[in-house]
Amino acid sequence: MSAGGSNFDEMFDGGGQTRPAYDEYCRWYNEQPGEFLKRKNREADDSFRRTGITFNVYGEDAAEERLIPFDMVPRIITANEWRKVSRGIEQRVRALNSFLYDLYHRQEIVRAGRLPERLLQSNDAWLANMVGFTPPGGIYTHIVGIDLVRTGPDEFFVLEDNARTPSGVSYMLENRETMMGMFPDLFSRIAVESVSNYPRRLARSLAACVPPAFTGGKPTVAVLTPGIYNSAYFEHAFLADQMGAELVEGSDLRVVGGRVQMRTTLGYKPIDVLYRRVDDDYLDPLTFNPDSALGVPGIMDVYRAGGITIANAPGTGVADDKAIYSFMPDIVEFYTGEKPLLPNVQTWRCADKDSLAYVLDNLAELVVKEVHGSGGYGMLIGPTSSKREIEAFRAKLIARPENYIAQPTLALSTCPIYTRAGLAPRHLDLRPFVLVSPEGIDITPGGLTRVALKKGSLVVNSSQGGGTKDTWVLKD
Amino acid sequence: MLGRTANSLFWMFRYLERAENTARLLEAALRMALTRDLVTAEAEWRSVIATLGLQKAYEALHDGYDGVSVWNFILRGPSNPGNVRVMFGAVRSNARMARINISGDVWEAVNENWMKLDALLARPIGQMAVGEVLGAIRRAGTQVHGAFDGSMLRDEGYHFSRAGTFIERADSTARILDMKYFLLLPSLSYVGSSLDTGQWEQVLRSVAGARVYSWLNAGQIEARGIVEFVVLDDRFPRSLAFCRSALRDNLAALARMHGVEGHCNALMRDADTRISHLTVDEIFDQGLHEFLVDFLARNASIARAIAQDYRFHA
Repeated sequence: MSAGGSNFDEMFDGGGQTRPAYDEYCRWYNEQPGEFLKRKNREADDSFRRTGITFNVYGEDAAEERLIPFDMVPRIITANEWRKVSRGIEQRVRALNSFLYDLYHRQEIVRAGRLPERLLQSNDAWLANMVGFTPPGGIYTHIVGIDLVRTGPDEFFVLEDNARTPSGVSYMLENRETMMGMFPDLFSRIAVESVSNYPRRLARSLAACVPPAFTGGKPTVAVLTPGIYNSAYFEHAFLADQMGAELVEGSDLRVVGGRVQMRTTLGYKPIDVLYRRVDDDYLDPLTFNPDSALGVPGIMDVYRAGGITIANAPGTGVADDKAIYSFMPDIVEFYTGEKPLLPNVQTWRCADKDSLAYVLDNLAELVVKEVHGSGGYGMLIGPTSSKREIEAFRAKLIARPENYIAQPTLALSTCPIYTRAGLAPRHLDLRPFVLVSPEGIDITPGGLTRVALKKGSLVVNSSQGGGTKDTWVLKD
Repeated sequence: MLGRTANSLFWMFRYLERAENTARLLEAALRMALTRDLVTAEAEWRSVIATLGLQKAYEALHDGYDGVSVWNFILRGPSNPGNVRVMFGAVRSNARMARINISGDVWEAVNENWMKLDALLARPIGQMAVGEVLGAIRRAGTQVHGAFDGSMLRDEGYHFSRAGTFIERADSTARILDMKYFLLLPSLSYVGSSLDTGQWEQVLRSVAGARVYSWLNAGQIEARGIVEFVVLDDRFPRSLAFCRSALRDNLAALARMHGVEGHCNALMRDADTRISHLTVDEIFDQGLHEFLVDFLARNASIARAIAQDYRFHA
């Protein structure tokens, strides 16, 4: 075993000593014969392939499915660390919902001069037909993923808020199942918070947001998927299965008698809550993209008339683009009256002249991202880019500065992964999953840890070759 | 259950059955080609292609009928859109679409076999490998059916799956019999003789009934007995009578669960009365070919009625 470089390593301190969170794990690890670990590492891959836990990569052959590489060394968080982090997440998510309500109602935050109005007008995710409408239970973001990075013992930063349709929760669950199957003795030695009831909590959370048209009995919940060629189809099917919900596609749905109904073998049946994994643009061809075959014509009218709950609410994307992100500390303070418990990463908005000048002068040191981008596409990581790449990006930046933000290249924490040559440190982040319902905010302990598999790489996205780890929150 | 899901289950099991039946057909032909002269072997490969209705597509590519060309075309030929590799891909994508209505055991059996078969069928298959490949296809069917029987909830999804299995199996048995009958027409005047028992044995082998038939009949191979066995013997799970009766039970269960009889139940009753009291003599009097053509047409219209009754499509 070896310690990481200059950045914070989750497992080892600067002197190469195991940190307390990993004490028992490392003791266990050192007791295992090398051959045993090698064999288990191979088994993990086979098990994911057999169970079909795959994702499709856009831009490649439609039929191609890939595994997200799984690393069998867990990422471990102490109970104490988690308490602090989860308080910060709860505060942030509460603020996000109040913010969305305000944006689509009186816009107090704009009136108070804390947020420039142009950010809303220029925002592609802004939905005019959500104005003045309050979703069932007042909930906008039923499911949120908050991306965190760590740079030191007590330094967690929010890198991104995912308020539209955050994905990855099935990997959190399957990673744990796989670990428990491979190393049962580990879990008898170390007390780890369970994550397995997430689907039940999600089902309960969704059922708590029935629309006014709900007629009683057991609410009918359905997961709307774009279909088997979508990159996250496995997750859609997985969640529907675990929740006991129907898995529907646009072609199964139709508006009948003021309700959105699904075509069953017995005829059409109304849906109360739709957990949609389809973007706003494709939700309703009558309201948005007329070419979309993924959604339901007329669903927005039904929604506004109280005939269905859509989770997350349409128009939530306005709160999670990267230009809004830079205002999140103000937003948290404005709605909660408290200082943010989890800081933002310092962000330069390239729309500001002074910031743009600074960013252009320091491109080689910065990370530059598209305001509406995601998945690690369309970004520049200065320190690992060639001169040519930087110059090409400079041209794009000058042409449309308002389309970009820049951040310092953070010294992301590392945690060892298992390699043939033994443990080797790699950079990682963490996406905890948060459920919001009228009953409260529910955070599953841990979340999805994404890890860069290439040495020194800072990109953890699965679409860019990143992997995942099981994430443990230790019990007190 | 969603109509689309019912459709996926129905077709998942039709394709699974079709892949398995195709493998049996090839296994039987392979055995014949190995034990008989070249001319008979060529005729046998030709009849396999004809049974599957692939003459046109095959002859566009090949001048003659030899084993390697025929089985590669059927199993993996890129110009044959209904090759077994594609069939098994359809089994899996239907299983994925119906993922939440099948058990984890069934899904894993489908997925593991698909991974294995897709790799096996990715490369040309030579003389040495074909036996192994055909065995793997047959075992895939066996494993999925085993997992299905042991782990599936007996809900409507179960019955849609079974309906797909028996619609497809009846179709396959009737086609094999019809094709052989056509080829063997001249030998029928020798009914009871042992003129070409090899060809009739081939019918039995293609529907996996050779061993059990010969056990039941003390080794006597005879056209009339074979037709009676393959059409009317409801103890034999690939006979037309067995498939009809299993289909009837599954459609009746669906009607019970939905609280209403559909068009498919009515068609089923009608078709049933035409076969349940038939004797083999009556079939020969009517003409075996005419009987089979009528059987296939009714089978297909029942399948269409199921799709309509249960809203498979929007």
